[in-house]
Amino acid sequence: MAKETRAPAEGVGAGLTLPTPILQVLAVSKQFPGVLALDQIDFELRAGEAHVLFGENGAGKSTLIQILAGVHSPTEGTILFHGQPIKLMGVHHARTLGISAVFQEFSLVPTLTIEENLFLGAELTNHGFLDKSQLHRRADEILKQLGFPLKPQQRVQDLSRAEQQMVEIAKAFRTDLSVLILDEPTASLTDREAQRLFGMIKQAKNAGVGIVYVTHRMSEIYELGDRVTVLRDGKRVATLDVADVDDGRLLQLMTGRVITQVFPKIEYRPKRRLLEVSHLTTADRSVRDLSLEVRSGEVVGLAGLVGSGKSVVGRACFGLERIVSGRVMLDGQEVTGRSPRQMLDSGAFYLPPDRREEGLVMMRSVRENVSLPWLAARSFTRFGFVDRGSERSKVRDVADRVNLQPRNIEHDLERLSGGNQQKVLLAKGLVSTVKLFILDEPTVGVDVGTRVAIYGFIRDLCESGAAILLISSDLPEILHLTKRTYVMYRGDLRAELEGPEITQDHLLANFFERTRA
Amino acid sequence: MAKNETPRWLAYRVPLQRLFVRIGVLPFLLVLALIVFSTLSGRFLTSENLITVARQATYLAIVAMGQMLALLTGGFDLSVGKIVAITSVITALTMAPLAAAHPDATAVTLTLGILAGLGAGTLVGVVNGVGVAVFNVSPFMMTLGTAAISFGIALTLTSGVPVYGLPDAFGTIFNFSRILDIPTPVYIMVGLFVTMYILLNRTRMGRYFYALGGNLKASRLSGIDTRFYLFLAYVLCGALAAVAGVLLTARLETGEANIGASMPLDSIAACVIGGVSLRGGVGSVGNVVLGAIFIGLIQNGMDLAQIQSYLQEVAIGVLLILAVIADQFRQFVMLRLKD
Repeated sequence: MAKETRAPAEGVGAGLTLPTPILQVLAVSKQFPGVLALDQIDFELRAGEAHVLFGENGAGKSTLIQILAGVHSPTEGTILFHGQPIKLMGVHHARTLGISAVFQEFSLVPTLTIEENLFLGAELTNHGFLDKSQLHRRADEILKQLGFPLKPQQRVQDLSRAEQQMVEIAKAFRTDLSVLILDEPTASLTDREAQRLFGMIKQAKNAGVGIVYVTHRMSEIYELGDRVTVLRDGKRVATLDVADVDDGRLLQLMTGRVITQVFPKIEYRPKRRLLEVSHLTTADRSVRDLSLEVRSGEVVGLAGLVGSGKSVVGRACFGLERIVSGRVMLDGQEVTGRSPRQMLDSGAFYLPPDRREEGLVMMRSVRENVSLPWLAARSFTRFGFVDRGSERSKVRDVADRVNLQPRNIEHDLERLSGGNQQKVLLAKGLVSTVKLFILDEPTVGVDVGTRVAIYGFIRDLCESGAAILLISSDLPEILHLTKRTYVMYRGDLRAELEGPEITQDHLLANFFERTRA
Repeated sequence: MAKNETPRWLAYRVPLQRLFVRIGVLPFLLVLALIVFSTLSGRFLTSENLITVARQATYLAIVAMGQMLALLTGGFDLSVGKIVAITSVITALTMAPLAAAHPDATAVTLTLGILAGLGAGTLVGVVNGVGVAVFNVSPFMMTLGTAAISFGIALTLTSGVPVYGLPDAFGTIFNFSRILDIPTPVYIMVGLFVTMYILLNRTRMGRYFYALGGNLKASRLSGIDTRFYLFLAYVLCGALAAVAGVLLTARLETGEANIGASMPLDSIAACVIGGVSLRGGVGSVGNVVLGAIFIGLIQNGMDLAQIQSYLQEVAIGVLLILAVIADQFRQFVMLRLKD
């Protein structure tokens, strides 16, 4: 047994002209009952390189990084660490070897402070007692080194999602690293925070750390990556130098088909004003004196940094934030301060940014989730009971429209991939006639295939006369889909850009504080 | 030899696991209990004994159906036992003087007494609902508080002494009478079960209970008046416990402040054994009733096997914990099968 595993290790080490990779995965498979999640995957990570894993949801990226981080053990195959076969006994074991992973699901204790979280499980002690001053100093050092604007004694529950992400990353940098695994680390970061993270990753690379980087954003591949491995259906499709790839090639490898265009062309025929917000100020003053309008047949962007108040605008319009002054008009009727129920009934739909947190009831079926906002409508009711036949047929229709995979409306949401969960969330807005869609980060954390599908929907909805307010931190989305975009900065409306004015430079210039004017 | 046998056993493993995931631990436990007790006592599997089990399980089943509503919304109700007690006391205190003053107006006496009892029990549910839904008090503290209040009131009203003097018809109609050999309380339980089944599976209200326990924020964004339905869950829970209180009073033929003490534990146990998630959003009323019947079966079986009642408490506690562990294991197997 031992002989067999050692033999290929020597063979690979001898045959390489490059230095021995830090981590090598040889013909690893992972069989879950009923599903072969990874099928004979080879993967290697050299010191000082950033190796991007790319693929659709369900392609096997998560399983692979979970194996590398010690969460799962492979069913077959070998993992070599510095040329030696190893068997990871768990996340903690991997960490002691210098393999740290930052997953999308956070591993933070909300009621503890940042410094307590950073050293959780590895507390610094002095004669058996906690050495709080050293803990504080070390935590401060790590945060400073990474350039994160956080104080070690803040409680994690008081932090925004982006800030919690920073703590999670800082935790990985606590120990001596040789492999850092990052699972879509920028999903909840603003561009500026992301840039800082990239700086840090480059610094780590220079220090010889190998980075495994999972992302759905192609721009990050070019910015950071040295090599990219594309996975599809649990198999490795290709490993390429980043210098040799472009969008088209990556998409083709990922999906197995040719996607010519991510962003659709939208015909704009703006007609009557559907949403009219004037001088809106919310009770928590995170939005002040804001006015905007959205017409039927147009997609209007609302851009800005996390915390600029752009999300609050959508929530306030839908009756989720208290409004102290100003007016919200929907199709000529005043709806200021109406409840979500009343807003839905008057034809507005709000898509929240975090589907797990606010969007979906994860343990219930697709059918129940999709029909939930509309059960009160007459078409779903017969003699006071839920008309299950009509419910089923209506939900099936919208499941077909969003191309839900698998097409079984009785599946629990937990059993769907992230992209399909997002489709269900969108499908909730397609059951009834909706005049106004307020979409807050509609494509966060979904693969390119789903992204294309969602953009297609936004186009169809817009062309059929709906008004769409697209609240987004994704610049390409704003650049390509909108003809008119508002930019917010710290609760104020900073700019309204139209047509050719909507450029990356213009947008970014309005995102940050103006120092030169 | 051993090599040949292992694969055959493995072939049954995955289908068995799937069955376990689909139906939960309860059917396995029921079968196990039936086998164990029928070997321990020859009287166990007689039709007369099984009717006794059904009657005994009735009260718990009704309370457990209410408890299930609270659990579905992600809370629980620790006051169900004291709701049973206060219902019993109020029912008896209304009926006894009426029966003494107007011995002929039995129908009026029964109606007024039952309505008063149901009203009192439901009122506790209303207070629970207001506390949890409007004032955001945690269900734990709120229902613990109202439990103490109800118990205190019930004791004060009766000075801790059972209330006698109920009309004979009360016990006759709501306890002894049988249709087709099956006692009336069982029919009432079945009627409530059918109502609850329809409510949970066929009405908007039922759908909303599941949804708001599964994700309160998502329910709110879907236009559900989450406060109202949360409130309603506790009111219905109180009302169901009150029905059990009236039936128990008919059975004892006295109003007592000291009944129902084990109801909170037993009803939560019946729900959990029946697969209701303590995190909310998951559970079926059929399995909850089966859970209650299972507990009745265990108690009855232990009675027949002459296990003393103090030790029976131990057995129920152990079963509850085992059921939760089995549920965790089920989640684990489910995740594995899913991937």
